[in-house]
Parts: sequence; C-alpha cells; structure tokens
Amino acid sequence: MSDNNRLLVSAHKLDQDMVRGNAFMLLKTQFQKTVGLYLCLVLLLFLICASIVYGYTDTSWKVALEAFTDFNGSKEHLILQSVRLPRSLIAACIGASLAISGVLMQTLTKNPLASPEIFGINAGAGLAVVISVTIFSAGSTQAYTWVSFLGAAIAAIGVYIVGSFGREGLTPLKLTLAGSVVAVLFSSITQGFLVISETTLDQVLFWLAGSVQGRKLDTLTAVLPYLAVGWVISLLLASKLNLLSMGDDVAKGLGLKVGFIKLTAASCVILLAGGAVAIAGPVGFIGIVIPHITRAIIGIDHRWIIPYSAMLGGILLLAADILARYVIMPQEVPVGVMTAIIGTPFFIHIARKGFNAN
Amino acid sequence: MDSAIKTEALTLSYGEHNIIDELDLAIPKGEITVFIGSNGCGKSTLLRSIARLLKPKSGSVLLNGEAIAKLPTKEVARKMSILPQSPAAPEGLTVMQLVKQGRYPYQSWLKQWSEEDEQKVEAALAATGLVELKDRPVDTLSGGQRQRAWIAMTLAQDTEFLLLDEPTTYLDMTHQIEILDLLFDLNEKENRTIIMVLHDLNLACRYAHHIVALKNKKVCAQGKPESIVNRSLVKEVFQMACEVTVDPLFGTPLCIPHGKGRYIVKESL
Repeated sequence: MSDNNRLLVSAHKLDQDMVRGNAFMLLKTQFQKTVGLYLCLVLLLFLICASIVYGYTDTSWKVALEAFTDFNGSKEHLILQSVRLPRSLIAACIGASLAISGVLMQTLTKNPLASPEIFGINAGAGLAVVISVTIFSAGSTQAYTWVSFLGAAIAAIGVYIVGSFGREGLTPLKLTLAGSVVAVLFSSITQGFLVISETTLDQVLFWLAGSVQGRKLDTLTAVLPYLAVGWVISLLLASKLNLLSMGDDVAKGLGLKVGFIKLTAASCVILLAGGAVAIAGPVGFIGIVIPHITRAIIGIDHRWIIPYSAMLGGILLLAADILARYVIMPQEVPVGVMTAIIGTPFFIHIARKGFNAN
Repeated sequence: MDSAIKTEALTLSYGEHNIIDELDLAIPKGEITVFIGSNGCGKSTLLRSIARLLKPKSGSVLLNGEAIAKLPTKEVARKMSILPQSPAAPEGLTVMQLVKQGRYPYQSWLKQWSEEDEQKVEAALAATGLVELKDRPVDTLSGGQRQRAWIAMTLAQDTEFLLLDEPTTYLDMTHQIEILDLLFDLNEKENRTIIMVLHDLNLACRYAHHIVALKNKKVCAQGKPESIVNRSLVKEVFQMACEVTVDPLFGTPLCIPHGKGRYIVKESL
C-alpha cells in the first residue's frame, strides 16, 4: 500500500470516528439543549390539553376550555373534568416517572436493556394485587393502588438485598440476575393464582394490561407526593450518576459515596416506578425506550438526561394513550399494549445494535 | 525516610482467604514507588486498599498520619487520586467531559464550577498533550491517547499522591514509554508522589526510585532497584531463573530471563 493510500485510509477512519462520536447527539450546545427542553415542555403541555379534548365523546377545544372556566354540568363538561383531566395528568406524570426510573435502572445496572422491571417492580405489584383480590377480595382500582405500591417496594427491596450479597456489594450483574429471578418467581406465582381463580382473572386482567383510563384524580393526588420526591431526588442525583457511569472504582476514587448513591437511586426507582404501577398497572417499554431516545438527542450527561427523559416519557405516554382511543374505536386499547407496540421495534433495534457492537 | 502513606498491620482478604497479611509499609514521599510481584500476589489489591477502594479485613492505611477510613472520602480525593486498571468511559463521553470529572472532589452544593477548576482542567489537558483532542469521544481514541485522557482526569484532581494500577497494560511499547515518561515528568517537575503497579520489571527498575516486591502475602524486599533487584530476588518473587545485568542506556538493573528460544552465536563480541 502506498503512503498516499494509507493516509486516505486513516483519514477515512478518523472521519468515521468523528461521525460515530457525534452522531450520538442531535443537540450539542448548551443553548440548543435549553431551547429543546422548552420545546419539549410546550409539546407536553399541548398533549396534556389534546388528551383532554380528543376521544370517543366528541368535544372541541372551545368546549374543553369552558368545562374548566364556565362549568355548566353538562355530560361533556362532566366527562372532561372527571374522566379526561385525571387521565391526561396521570399519563403525563406516569410517563415522566417511568422514563426517569428507566434512566436510573440503566445507569445502576450498566445494562442498556434494563428497565424498572429488572427490579421486579411490576412482578411484585402484580402479585400483590392478585393476592389481595384472591384472598382479601379487594375490588376497586383505588384499593389496588396501595397494595401494588407495597408489592413493588417489597419486590424491589428484596432484589436489592439479594443483589448486594457478597463482597463487592451491588454489582450490575448480580442486580440483573437477582431481578430476573425474583421477577420470574413472582410472575409464576401470579400466574398460578390466575389459573386457580377465574374471578380474580376477570377482575385484574385489565389492571395487568396497564392503563391510565378510569383512574380518579384522588389516586393521582395520593401518589403524587411520592412521585414528586422521586423527581426532585433524581434531578439532584444527576451529576453523581455521571460519575457512577464511569465505574465504581473511578467514582469511589473521586470521592463519591458509591454505596449511598446507589441506594438513593434505587429508592427513587421504587418511588417512581412503584408509584407508576400503583396508579396505572404495569405500563411497559417507556422505561427502556425513552432513555435511549433521550441519549440520542442530548448525549450522556445525566443533568440533561433526567429532565429530558421526564418530558419525553410524558409525551410518549400521552401520545400512546390518545392513539389508544382511536385504534379500535369505540373500544380502547390498553395503553400498556400501545406502548409495547411502539416500543418493541425500538427494543429489537437496541438489542441488535448492542449485539453488533460486541 | 519521609513518608505520608503508611499501612499498619494491614490484612486484606477475599472471603476467608488472606491476600495480604499484617503488612507494615511506608511509601516514600515525592518518589515513584512501584509494586512488583507475580500474578495474583496481591499487588493490585494492596494498591486498591491504599486508595480506599477495598476495605481492609483489619489494620489501617494512614494518609499524613490519619486513618484513611476515618477521613471524609472527598477530602481523601483531594489528596490522592487513583486510576484503576483498564477503566471504561461511557460511550460518547468526550475527553473534556472526562477530565472535568476530576474536579468533582472540589465541588459542592455551594461551590460550583470555578475559575480554578477551569485552569486545572486546562493544565491537565496540556500536560498530557490532549488539548487538540479534547472534544473527541474517549472511545474513539487510540489506546495510548485513551490512557492519557484518564491520567489527565487524575491530574485535574490536583493531588499530592497519584496511584495507578497497571497504567501500561494493553499498550504497545511506544505508548508504554510515553505514559511512563509522562509520569516521570510529573514526579520530577511537580514533585508528585506516584505509586503504581507495573508488570514489566525492567521498566519498573528504570522509572522507580523505590520498588516493593510482594510475595506470600508479605513484602519480601523493598528499596532502590539497583540495590535489591538481583538474580535471587527475581528467583524468589517470580520463580524464574534469569541473569541481571546493567541497562546499557540507563545503568539500571536489566533482567534477562532464562528459558527457551533461538540462540544466535555471535562471532565476535
């Protein structure tokens, strides 16, 4: 090979390298990122309103506005206030919470396919709900809230403890293994209950599919403080998560209290994903997909990832929920199914990308 | 001997199995100290423990006379930096972002990014020759550049003590020398105390002022390379027969292993 050729090859390689590094970020400067975040906020607010306006009961933006400014007791106004409003706000809050908890899980496990589910959150909540229905004959969605929150927390704490056994403390591999085992165990017990008791199956089937429909505003206000605490702590953790993503040894060497930060992050996952499953049942894929989309847009700095993923999570869930009303109208698709339909191609894409990289 | 890092009756273990047993060691200040020993002798474990990455089973590590386990970890990070063995940066992290993390020990809720932080980062990039590459993602750099970027991060930490666990592993000869020259300069010009684990005995002899040879959970010899490295030490530490001669360039001990290989008889010596 002549020197000239060699130079060309190395220039080409350099070019590829540059592209590879930069293709990771859509928005590069501080200014672009700030503007982007505001745009996301505007889109989120727009979708919150759109979610109130659009659906089976035909309304218009004007009627929707009147329902809140000049309430007249009509059927439309009632639906807008007591059904659409809670549904819209719940979708926004849950989407944001699931997305943040997904970011936290992926950083904790250093596994790009991690989601709150790895912590056994949904499996724990599902089992708790099924037990409460079968044994204690709990009936309402309201009753499910605290039961599932408790179930999610117990499962996650269990996974954390099992994953922390041994000398190294909580490692990504042990956490992933412990989580998978606990999730499978809980799901199979849940399946067992459902096979034995058909009435339970009927009652919880809709809950198990995950939905933001038919929840009251009270449910949200009851859980919102937990979600809010989770949001704030996650934002405060952001710069420390940057350190954590460089590996435990490096982070410890820089003076980060690694064990404490991991425990705090894990507690946030319980608050956020546990709170989300308590309100809406298991809604999948937001926790996996959103962190990846976010990183593609703004890179790997958690100080941006956390707020951006919160916005995008809310946006995706609201959009999925609005779509869910139109796919098989007048019936509705559970939003958990919608997010799965949107999320699965992404999931495969990420898995393939990771596989090719190795 | 002036020393600011000491171990007292330090015992390290993995489970029941002790790696280092009741070790009393003093690291000379302002010098380059290199830990040598065979694979699995505990030299990396000892370094990690000195850097508080690994809790001792018993005994303690003293930094300027104080037990390191009792000091706030951020305070320790302002005095001592550690570069672990083959660290991995998240994909897409730029050199600049990596080096900036070195200032973490100086930040708090009240004290955010300052002029001094900026200067230390610039100085670290300059010392490692990475100014031109500062916006490149670390994972697109060559092995030697990548290692320099990590060293730049520890330099930005602006510490008196610099600990490195096999900083030349996976590097070719050119880059090994490049990294060790950089560390040598840091010691010479800025008087930083450097403690590292190296596999290459000859390079250890060339760059270290002080060598600590580990064997059977203990220190089997320590001192200047030229006073302690000889046939019997190498035999004892590495279970390897060798000749020790003098490096024709540097005058430091040069170890030539026995074993098999092609013999070419020289016609005239």
